[in-house]
Amino acid sequence: MSRSRRFKLRIFRVVVLLLMGAFFLMPVGAMLEFSTRGNEVTSPRTLDAWLRIAQTPGLVKGIVTSLQLAVITSLGMLALLLPTMVWVRLRLPRISRIVEFICLLPLTVPAIALVVGLKPLYVWVNINVTPSVLALAFAYLILVLPYSYRSLDAGLAAIDLKTLSEAARSLGAGWGTVMLRIVIPNMPSAILNASLLSVALVLGEYTVANLLNFQNLQVEVAYVGLTDANTSTAVAVGALLLAFILLMVLTLVGGRLQQQHYIPGQRA
Amino acid sequence: MSAAGNPAVTTAARPDSGGRQRSLSWLGAMPFFVYVGIFLLLPTAIVAIGSFTASGGGVTLSNFAGIDKPFMVKAFTNSLVVSSISAAAGAILGAVLAYAVVTGNPNGLLRRIIMSASGVLAQFGGVALAFAFIATIGSVGFVYVFLKDHGLDIYANSVWFYEPPGITLIYLYFQIPLMVLVFLPALDGIRPQWREATESLGGSTWHYWRYVAGPLLAPAFLGCTLLLFANAFSAYATLSALLTNGGSYVPLQIQALLTGETEQSQPGLAQALALAMVFIVVVVMSLYALLQRRTSRWLH
Amino acid sequence: MNWGSRIRGLAVGVTSLLLVAACGSSGGGGTASCSESTAKTATSATACGGMDALVAAAKAEGQLNVIALPPDWANYGAVISAFQSKYGITVNSANPNGSSQDEVNAFDGTSNAPDVVDVGQSVALANTAKFTPYQVATWGDIPAGAKESTGLWFNDYGGYMGIGYNPAKVPGGVINSIQDLLGSGFKSEVALAGDPTKSNQGLNGVIMAAVANGGSLDDISAGVNFFKQLKQKGNYVPVVGTDSTVKLGQTPVLFEWDYLSTSHGKSVSGWKIYVPSNAIIGGYYSQAINKAAPHPAAARLWEEYLYSDAGQNLWLKGGARPVRMAVMTTAGTIDAAAAAALPAVKGTPQVPSGDQTTKASQYVIANWSAAVS
Repeated sequence: MSRSRRFKLRIFRVVVLLLMGAFFLMPVGAMLEFSTRGNEVTSPRTLDAWLRIAQTPGLVKGIVTSLQLAVITSLGMLALLLPTMVWVRLRLPRISRIVEFICLLPLTVPAIALVVGLKPLYVWVNINVTPSVLALAFAYLILVLPYSYRSLDAGLAAIDLKTLSEAARSLGAGWGTVMLRIVIPNMPSAILNASLLSVALVLGEYTVANLLNFQNLQVEVAYVGLTDANTSTAVAVGALLLAFILLMVLTLVGGRLQQQHYIPGQRA
Repeated sequence: MSAAGNPAVTTAARPDSGGRQRSLSWLGAMPFFVYVGIFLLLPTAIVAIGSFTASGGGVTLSNFAGIDKPFMVKAFTNSLVVSSISAAAGAILGAVLAYAVVTGNPNGLLRRIIMSASGVLAQFGGVALAFAFIATIGSVGFVYVFLKDHGLDIYANSVWFYEPPGITLIYLYFQIPLMVLVFLPALDGIRPQWREATESLGGSTWHYWRYVAGPLLAPAFLGCTLLLFANAFSAYATLSALLTNGGSYVPLQIQALLTGETEQSQPGLAQALALAMVFIVVVVMSLYALLQRRTSRWLH
Repeated sequence: MNWGSRIRGLAVGVTSLLLVAACGSSGGGGTASCSESTAKTATSATACGGMDALVAAAKAEGQLNVIALPPDWANYGAVISAFQSKYGITVNSANPNGSSQDEVNAFDGTSNAPDVVDVGQSVALANTAKFTPYQVATWGDIPAGAKESTGLWFNDYGGYMGIGYNPAKVPGGVINSIQDLLGSGFKSEVALAGDPTKSNQGLNGVIMAAVANGGSLDDISAGVNFFKQLKQKGNYVPVVGTDSTVKLGQTPVLFEWDYLSTSHGKSVSGWKIYVPSNAIIGGYYSQAINKAAPHPAAARLWEEYLYSDAGQNLWLKGGARPVRMAVMTTAGTIDAAAAAALPAVKGTPQVPSGDQTTKASQYVIANWSAAVS
């Protein structure tokens, strides 16, 4: 690369990154600023709004509910999707297209449209299965399908599933052992990625919960926002920063775990 | 060891599609299909069938008649316009940002930070985003106040914050990160050798982009733009959190029908609107899928 | 020794049996005691064994679910904490800024459903099938027109619809007529405090606008038209006005109940309220008990508390006019200082009847989206 081109590229990168950085960091900064405002215009900065999070029972309940939903959805997604994808790869390769299509289908049905059809279904679920808010996990599992599928698919593609599973089976392993001791340990970053994407989606989900009359974190943040904007903003920016830290950790850990595997951008 | 006697070969040679074995294999995929059938296909069917069902039973197209009222047309227009502009602007700005990232160190901290931030912000929406923007450029937001103190009143002619221009600006906040997330892999697929080849043949930067990288990236770029469009069109949380007293957008009209008394007077309209939304998004996503296939030929 | 211990054991057993039998019958005393099944259908405190039995049953339930009661609304924050500390019952307050329609939407048959609701007239009238009748101890003090005869709903407090505003954001610092709002100095400032298709406060805002613009309680098309003009001029802001939006400055001009303007005066200094002299629209809210209330005894005790002198005076402190105000003033049990602090009303108030509110609600539902979209 020539000297002048490298220089022009550097200027370009600096300008773009600075402008974009400003555009994205300003609202986050505004949220932090707003959540630490005092009561009057002249009051000093205070962490009152943050402390009030623990004192607002609705918010605490919302946080707990969403965390529970996140765990249930991630585990449910892994339990449903991973064995199915392994099975399809090994035994039913011809329907892998169908499975892929179905897993990407939720991207084409907007949540707001899906919830119109979920409403009568959930009336039934309310009466016959459970009235608890955790029933939302049924719907969330569908919403996370596209992202989890892509993640797990990439992970499965990177390991030689057929050989590994046949070797294990020929040595006498049952399917349970194959899943738990062969497949899962060989794709830790894909599983972690899929789980974290599911967690991020569940923590940020508002549409389905709101229109099915359930109270999860985002719905509670919206309620609290109508009476106490400072606390609501504190929760929102807190959740944002937490999710960011989690994903940063994932990229560092995942990078290390991925050293034996395919790294995007490099040709083998 | 003869090949014929090798159990691995014998196993491999046995045809996989044999009556009993095949039906047992199907059982393994059953739980997935049953689950998806109940919680994805059934609700979609409810929407589809419900939009063609009249209030007394029987097939009808009258539910769709509610769509040609002027305010409903306006709702569709607003949704389509905001989605298109935020998709186009988000695609261009996101592509520029992605290029700035990709030309750096692939394992560097900057790339990690931007990818993590994009992953988080692409899902950002709802109350948090609404508050963030009210705190920034709302009537008491610090950017507005700062500009006003320095002589520039951005709301001098009209407060466009709650109008489509304001909504489009807010949408950029998650459209740009989404573009970075989905377009970066395509940019990653560009080989440095292509640039070197262009230069060795005497081409300039302009030639490179116009004749080499541009046409190769075009399908991916268009596909990602369509994805951004579908994303904006389906967005509900931000609209609901910002325009709390209703607004002229399709998701908010559906919300009004689902939570108000209006449902009684117009049953089936919510399903009709939902089906219309699904139809639009399906068309867009099919085009996206076609473009993805063209992309994968060169860039994967 | 064996025999001794066995006889002792027998004696203890017989004694305890006698004690249990005695305790079991002591609650009889002629009227039914307040067991869970009785509480579900009791139409008054006496039918549930008297106030003490009701209190005991409510305490045993331990919880009460309420909905859409913001703390700064008619002093509900103080009402809830006074009730909690008096009876030791935890009050779970959901969706503080929900509309009346949201409240009945939450009747989902689960243990999270609200026990009691505080809704506007039209929603109360439209949903009587979901309520269970109950008559509080002070039932006779409530005027006949302010309650459903068997006790399915009964008015609790009311006020007058006005236009609250921040003088700093209003040209000239004062509003003299509703037509002022159509001026160019009000860009993106005017809001309703609720969606008129769902919220009683929103609906009454439209009714007031109708009457102030030449319409009447029977024909509110002028009100819907007024908001259509506001939208066309860019003066209407599509945001529900709440404590939060007032503080953030999103809704400097707000159609709201006069008793809410006091709390907004705390967030924004100098907050004033304007009530058009030709359109003094009074509106009452109504209490009702969920037929499938998860905590029926606590629900009934809550109603008793609200209609006691203590409860009514707490509402009065919040600037609202409690329904028993006339009777309490005569009896001298009213909080005189709070009564004197109520905003004066010059002119004849008009209170829409049940029929008029229902008709207005139907008109708004059919025409609102088209007007402000």
